[in-house]
Amino acid sequence: MKAFSYGRVQSVTDAAIAASKPGVKIIAGGTNLLDLMKLQVETPSTLVDINRLPLDRIEETSKGGLRIGALVRNSDLAADVRVRQHYGVLSRALLAGASAQLRNKATTAGNLLQRARCYYFYDVTKPCNKRVPGSGCSALAGFNRIHAILGGSEACIATHPSDMAVAMRALDAEVETIDHEGRTRTIPIADFHRLPGLTPQIESALGSGEIVTAVTLPPPPPGVQVYRKVRDRASYAFALVSVAAIVDSMRGRIRSARLAFGGLAPKPWRVAAAEQSLASATAGANSFDAAADAALEGAHGAGSNDFKIPLTRRTVHAVLGEITRI
Amino acid sequence: MEDTHAIFPTVEVTRRTVIETGTTALLLSSLPRGALAGTDQVDPSPTSTALRVNGHLHNLALDPRTTLLDALREHLALTGSKKGCDHGQCGACTVLVEGRRINSCLTLAVMHDGQSITTVEGLAFGEGLHPMQAAFVEHDGFQCGYCTSGQICSAVGMLAESREGAPSYVTADLTQPATELSDDEIRERMSGNICRCAAYPNIVAAIKQAMGEQT
Repeated sequence: MKAFSYGRVQSVTDAAIAASKPGVKIIAGGTNLLDLMKLQVETPSTLVDINRLPLDRIEETSKGGLRIGALVRNSDLAADVRVRQHYGVLSRALLAGASAQLRNKATTAGNLLQRARCYYFYDVTKPCNKRVPGSGCSALAGFNRIHAILGGSEACIATHPSDMAVAMRALDAEVETIDHEGRTRTIPIADFHRLPGLTPQIESALGSGEIVTAVTLPPPPPGVQVYRKVRDRASYAFALVSVAAIVDSMRGRIRSARLAFGGLAPKPWRVAAAEQSLASATAGANSFDAAADAALEGAHGAGSNDFKIPLTRRTVHAVLGEITRI
Repeated sequence: MEDTHAIFPTVEVTRRTVIETGTTALLLSSLPRGALAGTDQVDPSPTSTALRVNGHLHNLALDPRTTLLDALREHLALTGSKKGCDHGQCGACTVLVEGRRINSCLTLAVMHDGQSITTVEGLAFGEGLHPMQAAFVEHDGFQCGYCTSGQICSAVGMLAESREGAPSYVTADLTQPATELSDDEIRERMSGNICRCAAYPNIVAAIKQAMGEQT
């Protein structure tokens, strides 16, 4: 690990001011950042520890939703009774991620801002446009079994590794931020993560000196909530494909459906046409096929990840079948 | 110097000593030069860190890079916690911080200034083994033993989570408190601890026994 200076700040504004300085990294749970620092993928000159700031509360909003502080630990969010009762897809997605030890450290904001797990991003001896812009993408013609089939570019095909963010995408969450001049704004989660294009090193909509303070959830939508994660082992592995589904149906008749996907793209993936195709549809192979077709519009593999296309299709069938049979 | 002030307008030097904005002299004495300059000239001068480990308070001066695991092993000679992968993937370094299990390899000791840490050395009551340790012995919950202290600390933390009703990915009904632990629940909740000798069946049996003794 490269040497760095360490300090704590006393307020959220001070954290944002610190974050606006070159070489400064904010540390919360640290489970991803320290991992990357050990490999010298990340080499901050200063770490600013925000763990003792009062951003660790889950509050009910006046609109009937929840406001989740940036520092709420993944395990605490997953176990919160209100989340388990009304946002089961979020609780299940959180519990599908990482291990219990990591969830006890990992925070809401840190989970959103975690970096890609592409092998080449982690390997400082290999070209990677995300790590060294302009150096090339080793995954395009390399080992790309875990990589994106949607939303990637010629510069990068890394996926976003979060499960939590996929559920939040299905729930239409919003990300609250503050910057070093004290300005606050609210970013829909759909706009929070950026597609790589030619600048895969830029992963979120956050500006310099802008930090996440909370994630808000609107009131829970009607319907059954399911998070299904398909991976190489039964636990403690990243998603090859995951689906956060919220489906309102009765006796095989679908009223409304939301589908967000993980493991497929550089951000949680949601396609309006797929959901529209299910609205007022009769549950069954035909409507599930149509939804999968729409969700996979434009999908293409890079070789080793070609299997994700049929795997996504089958996962859509399994999840929608499970929900509409209830 | 002004840069410094901008990076750390106020800085907590220890858990007890809070420096007000503007008390630059104290600020400078507590912060490494690199932090002040915000340049490449980083000097990770030792940072004062108080850790209460297994009930004993230790005041350490640590390079900020020191992980909690290295502080325990290299500075306090508590080598029960093991360094396996050093990347949070194997769980051999699992300890309890304020009663919660974490990977001590993926956190900095300075981040835990003022906190209480329990390692495998702190579980036993004098010469008497903790019920989880005794159950691992009785059920042969290991072969080489390298992962064992992490497994045991993790299992103790896991049962505490379970007593609080925390759910897991395999909990069928998230709306109900999950206090009954089936074999599947134990396996899921312990998935952050890898055993390359594959003593898993015996580990599950040991945890079930300890669970029965604690309730």
